[in-house]
Amino acid sequence: MIPAAFDYERVDTVDAAIAALRADEGAKLLAGGHSLLPQMKLRFVMPTKLIDIGRLHDLSYVHEDGGGVAIGALTRYHDLEASETLRQLAPIVASVAGQVGDPQVRHMGTIGGSVAHADPAGDMPSVLLALGATFVATGPGGMREIAAADMFPGLFQSALAGDEVLTEIRVPKTPGGWSYQKFTRRAQDWAVVGVAAVRMNGSANVSLTNMGLTPMRAAGVEEALAGGADPATAAERADEGTAPPSDSFGSDEYRRALAKVLVRRALEEALA
Amino acid sequence: MTHVSVTVNGAMREADVEPRTLLVYFLRETLGLTGTNAGCDTSSCGSCTVLLDGESVKSCTMLAAQADGRELTTIEGMAEGDQLHPLQESFRRNHGLQCGYCTPGMIMAAASYLKENPSPSEGDVRLALEGNLCRCTGYQNIVKSILDAAGSMAGAEA
Repeated sequence: MIPAAFDYERVDTVDAAIAALRADEGAKLLAGGHSLLPQMKLRFVMPTKLIDIGRLHDLSYVHEDGGGVAIGALTRYHDLEASETLRQLAPIVASVAGQVGDPQVRHMGTIGGSVAHADPAGDMPSVLLALGATFVATGPGGMREIAAADMFPGLFQSALAGDEVLTEIRVPKTPGGWSYQKFTRRAQDWAVVGVAAVRMNGSANVSLTNMGLTPMRAAGVEEALAGGADPATAAERADEGTAPPSDSFGSDEYRRALAKVLVRRALEEALA
Repeated sequence: MTHVSVTVNGAMREADVEPRTLLVYFLRETLGLTGTNAGCDTSSCGSCTVLLDGESVKSCTMLAAQADGRELTTIEGMAEGDQLHPLQESFRRNHGLQCGYCTPGMIMAAASYLKENPSPSEGDVRLALEGNLCRCTGYQNIVKSILDAAGSMAGAEA
């Protein structure tokens, strides 16, 4: 499968990337390319131009930042997985990074690319939603922060404007009490359903992977927990407000049942 | 067209290609290095695995332009003259292949992994191969080959 023809430009600075985006409405940014290129090969997307930001090495980092951890948008999954800082301060990010795709994919794929792609079946958007991450976008007018709750407005849509580059992701320190339950039929598959749970302020944030058009918080579960429900009782509300897909991996009904089981397991692990 | 200049198996190679040229076809068709196979073409099967600056990547899901200025190793670069690489030798010795289609990718994935973890357990090797499919062997002898190679490579360095 060969992508439709496009122009290619490699840029050395974020400013150059922004300028290139502004010069061509049909252009898209290329980071690791492991979400974008498969879509282009299927011709689901046909950008007029790819602006390669893959060499902006300044945007590949993980460091402690006040009360949280700052992650450069171009940090590869492989580097997240290996990061001692993440393993200690936000272990769910390091652990889940190691569960995305396979080693070859993790050598190329970046956290920022995954967020910008906003696949509801992607693991990392769901984890960042549970963590209440802050996303830093850089555009022609400078930087702005986007809250996790606003980052994923629709299917394969992020809150980034057409001339913005996602530059940093900030997550709170969450060293204890977390779980990611990824249910797959085979190694390397996308999650049929995934559940992220992170203990916060005596309760837990819970989010769902592949249960609708966007990654989403399990609002019913969180409400039940805040009201004092135990994990098993709270998990019964896992499918509230969801609209799971039906496909060859499972029906809507199957995914709803699965989400309840996985939320219970995630809460039991995160709150233990 | 975009200019791509890469070091492949130690030699500088360059060409002008369309930006949409995937690395696997650049290797196979532009450079004539047909040892790297294009299998599923969807970054699932791993038969197109090559090393980019020493790390395994799937060359069907990468543009040749993304490799510009970087170093590639393909299966053709593993042997030194008539001397097979320890992984190639152990795949031969342990019957680690049947049809052979997945083998170049298996060897390149294993080469990348053994640099990270020179003395893996059987479980480690199976997990490290999650991005490589084989439809013949049931993986038994592939895993055996990689463990055997890890042993002989460690022995060679001792």
